[in-house]
Amino acid sequence: MMFADPFDALFNLQRALDGRLASEWLHDQTASQGPFPPINVFQHGDDILAIIELPGVEKGNLEIQAKENTIRIAGKKAISYPEGASVHRRERTFGEFDRTLSLPVQLDADRIKAEYRDGILALHLPRSERDKPRNIKVG
Amino acid sequence: MTSAQELQVQKKRELENKEETTIPVRIFVPVADIYEAENDLTVIMEMPGVDKSNVDISVEDGVLNVEGRLDLTKYQGLQPLYTEYNIGHYSRSFRLSSKIDQNKIAAEMKDGVLSLKLPKVQEAKPRSIQVS
Repeated sequence: MMFADPFDALFNLQRALDGRLASEWLHDQTASQGPFPPINVFQHGDDILAIIELPGVEKGNLEIQAKENTIRIAGKKAISYPEGASVHRRERTFGEFDRTLSLPVQLDADRIKAEYRDGILALHLPRSERDKPRNIKVG
Repeated sequence: MTSAQELQVQKKRELENKEETTIPVRIFVPVADIYEAENDLTVIMEMPGVDKSNVDISVEDGVLNVEGRLDLTKYQGLQPLYTEYNIGHYSRSFRLSSKIDQNKIAAEMKDGVLSLKLPKVQEAKPRSIQVS
């Protein structure tokens, strides 16, 4: 097998991801029309990073909206089969999706960045300045 | 094609290997579509997070092997807060029913989806035989 070197890093990451599986952090806040696409949420310094698996979705078919602490990810995944070919396996799914995510922190909606590469959507969600903790001096 | 169909989350299937790895790292099986035309076999696999430079494709003894390595660098310094799926490398093999011309396999990677065109060798193509 070719997967020799990054085993330790991947193993630790897989364990960390398992450890937060269905954690309480978002509990009932992913109200949506469906659980697709699956979302992982990470903390990156002060900010939040959401990583979403969306293989085979055209960039132009993705719609992302943000308002206060809520993000909406909607779109369409299309698959076309050539005519006259005999199908041996059909495991991939296609259709429409629409999911809304409410985060328990205030976001700076103007600075949200979305990147789509290799079938992965990464949403950089900066926390709003007024939501960040402040040091309070004891007078 | 109906566009009103709502997408559902597909549970990732883990690879069941003959040999175990020494570190219990998990490898996933990419979902695949396969269809056959007169001259070639098309295999499409979903491997989100895999760059085209990290894909290995081989055909050996009539078995197609595809492996995709995930780039972990983008996960450095991230603390998971809430997760719904796990990640890992991808691996899948298929025993091919027809002879493939290995030198002419064409591969394309787009948006995390690998498309393979496997051209059949001449003798494997169906021939129509005239009754004289």
